[in-house]
Amino acid sequence: MLYLSIFLAFFVPNIIGYGGGPAIIPLIEAEVVGRYEWMSASQFAETLALGNALPSPIATKMAGQIGYEVGGVTGAVIAVLATVAPSLLLMLAALGLMIRFKDAIQIKRMSQWVRPVVVVLMGLLVVSFFEESMAASGWMHTALLGGAAALALMKFNWHPAAVVVSSLAYGALFLG
Amino acid sequence: MRQSQLSVSFLKIGLLGFGGGPSMVPLIHDEVVRRRAWLEDQEFGDILAIANTLPGPIATKLPGYIGYRVAGIPGCIIAVMAIIFPMIIAMVGLLGLYSRYQGVSWISGMGQAVLPVVMVMMLQLTWDFWKKSRDTLGVPIGGVMVLSAAVLIYGLGLHPALIIVFLLASALLLPAKLPKRG
Repeated sequence: MLYLSIFLAFFVPNIIGYGGGPAIIPLIEAEVVGRYEWMSASQFAETLALGNALPSPIATKMAGQIGYEVGGVTGAVIAVLATVAPSLLLMLAALGLMIRFKDAIQIKRMSQWVRPVVVVLMGLLVVSFFEESMAASGWMHTALLGGAAALALMKFNWHPAAVVVSSLAYGALFLG
Repeated sequence: MRQSQLSVSFLKIGLLGFGGGPSMVPLIHDEVVRRRAWLEDQEFGDILAIANTLPGPIATKLPGYIGYRVAGIPGCIIAVMAIIFPMIIAMVGLLGLYSRYQGVSWISGMGQAVLPVVMVMMLQLTWDFWKKSRDTLGVPIGGVMVLSAAVLIYGLGLHPALIIVFLLASALLLPAKLPKRG
């Protein structure tokens, strides 16, 4: 039963998630934090932060870690399979057909029409991270860290891993 | 031979690819088209376009399909494993350490400090997706869709999957010529 839940929690986001791994993150959050309540929003945020600091695809790192947390090694394997296998099988099976229809307006607008929903889900995630951070560290640290991270990422083009590591150092020194 | 080439190539891509799947596409292109010459440029473009119209993470669909093309089913499995496995292990290990020492105050400080950073990263992604929506749908339609989705999900508490499935079905089933202006 638990394994079925793990499978569904990762299968559903990945089969309706268009736009690659990052677009799937808010959908995973809706399942893992919202529906199954396996972790809190701030635990999810911590997992996501570490995931962003490491290379390789984000959706599979999240699946592996959360699956492991909830159901051990078997849970991790199920979560990763539910993430990778369905879309890959679809791709292998449907490629011939898709090449014929790839310019069809119906196919193209599928991902276009889903995108605004992804915008909303990501926006809601931003809000929940903001609330978590306000509750954990107060507005001063939140504004300082958020502002510094925004400058480093967008203005000075820092590597995301460098930004995460710097914030960890700040937290160890000033929030401990 | 080809299987070990596959594992080396995708291991490399996995370790160099920061920032999630979509940011890894150029790395995959470079390795698969330019260095190994497993695919022609044109074919890679076709595969990428199709992968983008299918759901699921892009950085496993592409390696999976390319691995399959190069060395059959084993190739498919090798390519996907090579790209995802090492960092899943790293992630589980690091978070295990983190939760073991969570009681230590400077370590829990690290957990707190990282929250605003993820918030900004997510905000950046949100903005990217809005820009893409705006470019393909136009500001009026894109804006109305964002607002309606917000009302349905946040206001009425509808599960996002329902809205997405509804949109996908309409995208497929509605006639190609819609009276809409971008």
